[in-house]
Parts: sequence; structure tokens; C-alpha cells
Amino acid sequence: MKWKTADGGWNPYLAGALLGLLAIVSVFATTQLLGKTSYLGASTTFVRAAGILERTIAPDRVATNEYYTETKVRVDWQFMLVIGIVLGAFISSTADKSFKLEGVPPTWEERFGPSVGKRAVGAFVGGIIAMVGARLADGCPSGHGLSGMMQLSVSSFVALVMFFGVGALVARIVYGRRVS
Amino acid sequence: MNTGQWLGLVTGVLFGFLLQKGRVLRFDKQVGAMLLKDMTIFKFMLSSILVGMVGILLLSNFEIVTLSHKPMNVGAVLLGGALFGVGWAVMGFCPGTSLGALGEGRWHAVFAIMGMVAGAALYAELYPVLKSTVLAWKDFGKIGLPEAMGISQWVIVPFFWVGIIALFFWFEKKRV
Repeated sequence: MKWKTADGGWNPYLAGALLGLLAIVSVFATTQLLGKTSYLGASTTFVRAAGILERTIAPDRVATNEYYTETKVRVDWQFMLVIGIVLGAFISSTADKSFKLEGVPPTWEERFGPSVGKRAVGAFVGGIIAMVGARLADGCPSGHGLSGMMQLSVSSFVALVMFFGVGALVARIVYGRRVS
Repeated sequence: MNTGQWLGLVTGVLFGFLLQKGRVLRFDKQVGAMLLKDMTIFKFMLSSILVGMVGILLLSNFEIVTLSHKPMNVGAVLLGGALFGVGWAVMGFCPGTSLGALGEGRWHAVFAIMGMVAGAALYAELYPVLKSTVLAWKDFGKIGLPEAMGISQWVIVPFFWVGIIALFFWFEKKRV
């Protein structure tokens, strides 16, 4: 086993273990500094972002919507965490020169060709379905997959099995038709 | 910005940095995991769970932090989990990694992010209906595995570790 991968990344076991440490420090820090334990997650931020955007065109609709009211539309700890992910990935990828502009990923191109339009439709529609699912399940691979599993939550075990199980099935159908 | 926002930003930068270094942000890595061709994401996620689990459960044992289980609402987790799986396979990103992928230049993630914001708005509209249907089927509440099984978490954790480490050895033997 090597410290670095062939593409210049860190050993995934090491990077993952460090993320585990970050998760521990993060729950401790949020409890101490903010008075409430917060766990790493991402999908709730999309609800807040939707609320903030929708508020600019239909403020009353957002104000009276039950889900937006329960979620509390505001730029909070998790919102900034999600913004931070963009920055962190940018810093890391420019530092080790793995930053790369990509409009169509290789696996997609092998199956659907180099059209950016097709990829855009796939990503957009996939995004809608995935987010409805994530909000219904009350978490994504961060909230359920990482934070929930670390706490041994029953719902997270079930959610993760569904995420990967159905994901594997659909991926096989969508990308499976290949020569090799 | 307030303390919470600053703390979130700093934590997020480190989170994004590690996700990028672990090379788990890319579409091909995510779909590769779903096609069981590239185990990078499993290695990364399971390693972070093994480490994070011990620290977080210890902190909660000493009542320094509080656990926050998500409810085991049967219809929500099963149907929501399945829908997420469908969308994830097509999109090739999850909510957190879509932002990271954007940060490392994979700009088609913008379409995924737009789709997810639209999906969140759609969910807010569907919520009243879902609340009286799918969400109302059966809710076991916010439960952890130790309570559900009636055994101590310090019995579960070692089993978890042994199982996952065995899986890691198998990954390395198979060179996936």
C-alpha cells in the first residue's frame, strides 16, 4: 500500500481517517462554541438555498411554506460548511495540479457521447430526483453515510444500503452497456 | 459573519480538502463505486466512519456531545433512499461532493447543483402531501443500533472494526 495514489492523491484510507478526526473535532467544536452539537451534512443547505432564491420572486410562498418554516431559511453553520467544500477542493486541486476543467466525465462520454447538453440534462434531472430522495430520507451520504453511521443510527444503516443498493442497480442499467 | 458561519466555513474548507485529496469527488469515482469497479469511495468513507465512530461515541458517553439520530421513518428512509440511489447514479455526485467537484473544475456539477436546488424546492411543495402519506406510515423514531439490539455500543464497535478491516484486506488482495 502506498501513501500516494497513481494520480497524485492521498491514500484513501489515510484521507478517510483524517476526515474521521475532522468529524470528531467538528462535533466537539460546534458543541463548545455554538452550544449545540452539529454533525457534518450537506443536503439541508440545498433547501435553504432554494428558499433564499425563491424568496426573491415569491416571498409569501416561502414564508407560508411549512417545510421552509421548519427548516429555517438562513445562512447557517452548515450552509457555510458547504461553501467551504468548494474552496477546500479548489485549494487542494490547484496545489497538486489535479484541477481540471471538465464538462463531460469519461464514463458518461463512453456511454452517451461528448454532448454537454445531454450531460447537463442528466445531471439536472438526476439532481432533482436525488434531492427529493435525500430530503425524504432526511439525509445524504454525508448526513446519513458519514455522520449517522458514526453514531450507529438505525436509519443511516438502512438509508446507506438503499443509496448504494439502488445506485448500483441503476448504474448497471445506465452505464452497463459497454463492449469491455 | 457570526461564529457559527466562520466555524462552518473553516470546517468546510478542511472537509473539501480531504474529499479532494481522497479523490472521491469525481463522477467516475462515484459511478465506479456503484459499478463495483473502483472501491476508493468505500475505502474513504468506511475509514472515516471507523475513526469518527470511536471519538463521537466516546464524547457522547462522557456527555460532552449529544447524539442526533435521524428518525427511522420506514417509508421515508426506504422510498427516499431508493429515489436518492436513482438520482445519484444518473447525476454521479452526491450533494456534498457536487460542490467539491465544482471546486476542482468539473463544471458540469453546476447542472447537478441546479437540479438539486430545484429538487429541494419541489420537495418543499410536496411536503404537505408526503407528511400525510409516506411520512405517516410507520416511524420508529430516533433510534440507535445499541438500543434497537439491546447491546452496548462498545460490543458493536469492535465487531464493526473487525468486519470493515477484513473488507479492507479483501479490497487490497483483489486490488480494486
